[in-house]
Amino acid sequence: MAQDIEVTIVDRAGHSHTVTAPTDMNMNLMELVRSYELAPEGTIGICGGMAMCASCQCYINSQHDLNPMSEEEEAMLSEAFHVQENSRLGCQLLITAAMEGLEVTLAPEE
Amino acid sequence: MIKTDILIIGAGPTGLFAVFEAGLLQLKCHIIDALPMPGGQLSELYPKKPIYDIPGFPEVLAGDLVNNLMEQIKPFSPGFTLGERAEKIEKQSDGSFIVTTDKGTAHHTKVVAIAGGLGSFEPKKPPIEGIESWEDKGVSYMIKDPEVYRNKKVLIAGGGDSALDWSIFLADVASEVTLVHRRSEFRGALDSVEKVQALKNSAKINLITPAEVIGLAGDTQLNKAFIQKAGEEAPIELSVDAFIPLFGLSPKLGPIGAWGLEIEKNAIVVDNTLDYMTNIPGIYAIGDVNTYPGKLKLILCGFHEATLMCQSAYGRIFPDKRYVMKYTTVGGVTGFDGTKKEAPKAVVKKIE
Repeated sequence: MAQDIEVTIVDRAGHSHTVTAPTDMNMNLMELVRSYELAPEGTIGICGGMAMCASCQCYINSQHDLNPMSEEEEAMLSEAFHVQENSRLGCQLLITAAMEGLEVTLAPEE
Repeated sequence: MIKTDILIIGAGPTGLFAVFEAGLLQLKCHIIDALPMPGGQLSELYPKKPIYDIPGFPEVLAGDLVNNLMEQIKPFSPGFTLGERAEKIEKQSDGSFIVTTDKGTAHHTKVVAIAGGLGSFEPKKPPIEGIESWEDKGVSYMIKDPEVYRNKKVLIAGGGDSALDWSIFLADVASEVTLVHRRSEFRGALDSVEKVQALKNSAKINLITPAEVIGLAGDTQLNKAFIQKAGEEAPIELSVDAFIPLFGLSPKLGPIGAWGLEIEKNAIVVDNTLDYMTNIPGIYAIGDVNTYPGKLKLILCGFHEATLMCQSAYGRIFPDKRYVMKYTTVGGVTGFDGTKKEAPKAVVKKIE
């Protein structure tokens, strides 16, 4: 069985949660947030994970080397609000072993 | 007043399929949707994306699924109130309801089925300080009547199709069109991008990229916008009559949230999987908008929920009528428009 990793997520109220994430469930960071209900249903992952809304925007606080942004993600982020240098869409970040110790903060709701 | 048996709120796949199941029971439907076209999320968010878990369709584009559903329900001639949002509900003494939209269209119905998905799509408002105070004084998030911009100085922000298309359209109407986007790449139909390029070259559109509108000013009406171009120190001060931010739509539960329905996790609680009735008798909630233990927000589950809801609605509307569910293969489909579809009869003929 593939190894689980630990990820720290700061929710929109500023509370930090360190959670265990599976690396073998084809899960992305947006889905991880939903599975632990760290943001209310209906406020995250609205488009289902197609990089077509920005409800799963988050800021990457740690120095992990993540998969590069696709054209679609970049385009979506260029139309989103509260975007910073370290903004990513959680739905485009597939959870892998390389993300052990990742720290992210959820962006405010649009 | 529009009269119907089942008033469906939401023209997504669940709401559309409910028309079919109701039609088999000879119940008439009318649909309200805030978007100008049917299809809900499938039309608004991802018409070109494939869906792989619709039973019987190994792969179907979201837009095609909507077209197919529209074709499937055509015989049952559903009524549509599109581009209007269901706002108010009043229960009548006979148990029926009157639902009124934001534009004042009233619907009298025996049963209400809320198939509202994640809510009605509303324009996203950019977080510019004080933007709300300029609403209706020069700031609007959608264009209802382009004529109001005739000979005006218009500022548009956004990088998608609607920002491009309206910039092109208003270039011929407004005295000045400025388009601001956070980067130089636009996400839109190639044709629109090329048209904007041409209009920029001929100085009919003033393009400022990569840049962002950061402030608004005026007296009684908006007359100035501050635009921060990336890498520059001071913002550009632009004289404008109108500012139209076009950053897409996001769903909000909206006025339905104040109808007295039990809400949990931004969804309407239906405490059963028997018929998806809400805490208000006569109001059902089906598809992504409802929640119950084990709920999955899948189109195929919405279809199932719509089907059970219609059976229950029939029982409410005709409490004394005997009825058993009939297979379409056996009973065919008899439309309200006079059409009839049925399986061809087997030929019985003697072979000599």
